[in-house]
Amino acid sequence: MPRTPADRRAPSRGPHPVPGRATGLLYTALAAMLVAAVTVAVSTGTVAVPARDVWDVVLRHLTGGADRLDPLQDQIVWDLRLPRVLVAAVVGAGLGVIGVALQALVRNPLADPYMLGITPGASLGAVLVSATGSTALSGLGMTGGAFVASVLTMGAVFVIAQRGGRLTDTRLILAGVAVGYLAVAATSFVQLQTDPQRIAGIMFWLMGSLAGAEWSDLRLPTAALVLGTLWLFTQGRSLNALMAGDDTAAGLGVDVHRLRRRLLVVTSLMTATVVVVAGGLGFVGLVIPHIARLAVGAEHRRVLPTSLLTGAVFLVLVDLAGRTVARPDELPVGIFTAAVGVPVLLWLLRRARRSEGM
Amino acid sequence: MTRLDFDGVCIDLAATRTVSDVSLSVAPGEMVGLIGPNGSGKSTLLRSAYRVLRPVAGAVLIGGEDVWGLSAREAARRRAIVTQHTVLGAEFTVEEVVAMGRTPHRGTLDRDGAEDHRTVRRALEDVHMAWASGRSFATLSGGEQQRVLLARALAQEAGLLILDEPTNHLDVRAQFDVLDLLRDLGMTTLTALHDLDHAVSYCDRVAVMAEGGLVAVGPPADVLTPELVHRVFGVRAVLDTHPLTGRPRIAVASATRAQGRTPA
Repeated sequence: MPRTPADRRAPSRGPHPVPGRATGLLYTALAAMLVAAVTVAVSTGTVAVPARDVWDVVLRHLTGGADRLDPLQDQIVWDLRLPRVLVAAVVGAGLGVIGVALQALVRNPLADPYMLGITPGASLGAVLVSATGSTALSGLGMTGGAFVASVLTMGAVFVIAQRGGRLTDTRLILAGVAVGYLAVAATSFVQLQTDPQRIAGIMFWLMGSLAGAEWSDLRLPTAALVLGTLWLFTQGRSLNALMAGDDTAAGLGVDVHRLRRRLLVVTSLMTATVVVVAGGLGFVGLVIPHIARLAVGAEHRRVLPTSLLTGAVFLVLVDLAGRTVARPDELPVGIFTAAVGVPVLLWLLRRARRSEGM
Repeated sequence: MTRLDFDGVCIDLAATRTVSDVSLSVAPGEMVGLIGPNGSGKSTLLRSAYRVLRPVAGAVLIGGEDVWGLSAREAARRRAIVTQHTVLGAEFTVEEVVAMGRTPHRGTLDRDGAEDHRTVRRALEDVHMAWASGRSFATLSGGEQQRVLLARALAQEAGLLILDEPTNHLDVRAQFDVLDLLRDLGMTTLTALHDLDHAVSYCDRVAVMAEGGLVAVGPPADVLTPELVHRVFGVRAVLDTHPLTGRPRIAVASATRAQGRTPA
């Protein structure tokens, strides 16, 4: 007969710090942290605005009566800081969700929009437009260039990776990495040909930045985030099954190749809208899903909301650090995402090696 | 209990005929072992029943219905599978792994209900793994992991179980644990096996494959003659009585090392 429980170590205890029944509490805590982070980020800057005044401005704008506000404070909070902080939250949330979906799509913990070539492709599009002047590319503009290029990149990755409409994880990774490298090489080439005065603008697309974000920047990524995330939330079970391998997922009733095609399209469109407002932000999409999994385990119906909220909090705080650490200068937020992301990744690798007994 | 029929199944892999004209039936409640050397087409044949490889000719019928005429979900409610060497891409708990078996029964927005929890619990008890429900799947031994994967298949509440070498990589006791479990479950079962003696001891019938075709089907003691085993596997074999169990067993030896007695 099989071993009895008495043979084994202590009775089972969940391996994750947040057990299933406490996830509601976790979401509430993360949402509260997000509100707090947004408040602090809006009130912090060259001119400090007390948190109470921040909320006063926001509430008056939402309920009417903005005309009675101090115009300077109103401008700082409503026109300058709030849109930027909200863009950071939406971009962070989006990258957190995209990372989870992509890591399931290729069943690889290192997957992110960079690895699948989508971000480098978008950057190339923007840089091309900027270098040639948008008239050469029929008045597309850098934003349009980034969007079109990321969709084209997704198409290229799909065409290279697929065989008769079937998408396997290994071929997707190889296709994504190949297309990504090509885009990076092309971007470097364009950069060398470019007027040095334009380099600063190009750096935005390579490093990522939230500087100068406006209310109008919020629309597209928010719409993509809401629609994409709602669809992904319905795919939690299928994403779990996908993590167990293609054959097993098929055995569990998942149409693996159809799911992969849809995941690729949805995540690419979401990524395109993010890159358009935030440039080539690295590491958020890679690291946030891992942090979420450390807290709640691998079950996607919990990882997706956790990653969404964690990504939002993370990017609001990282962007705050980027614009306050070296005040009055601003450091690109990409530097901070990497500075926080790399140590977390190394720690995760150490941990993974230990659990594999290597 | 569901029956399984392969009806003249031909499968091409990369334009090469890998399985040719296989017809094989598994009756309700029967346990059939699929044996054959590496590369004989066992896994390829099974993958047509997973609805992963589509036959170029013939059909795979589950309960009389063509598996490719069903949706992936409908197929998954009729048959459960345990693949060879499952590695999870993330750290799931045992309970979460077994709950995956509920996938074909629940809509995209349905939460796990009391019935799902009961089914998962019962499946874990059936494989004697209830004690591990909250543990990380990755920390279990190979034999325990295989029992959990079996529980996931049970939670699928399908009438048919298809397994690909479920005893691979397991220590000798864990191999018997898994096979005893399969026997005790009494479900319609088709399992690829690499150990001939397991096929003899546990299966009602065996189906022998070689070079993509079906060579013989029938009760193990009738099918696994020394001649057939030598022809298909290239080893010497003898069927006799197991000194411990008193049941038939098969002993095999290398065909190229001449020393020792030859079978009578």
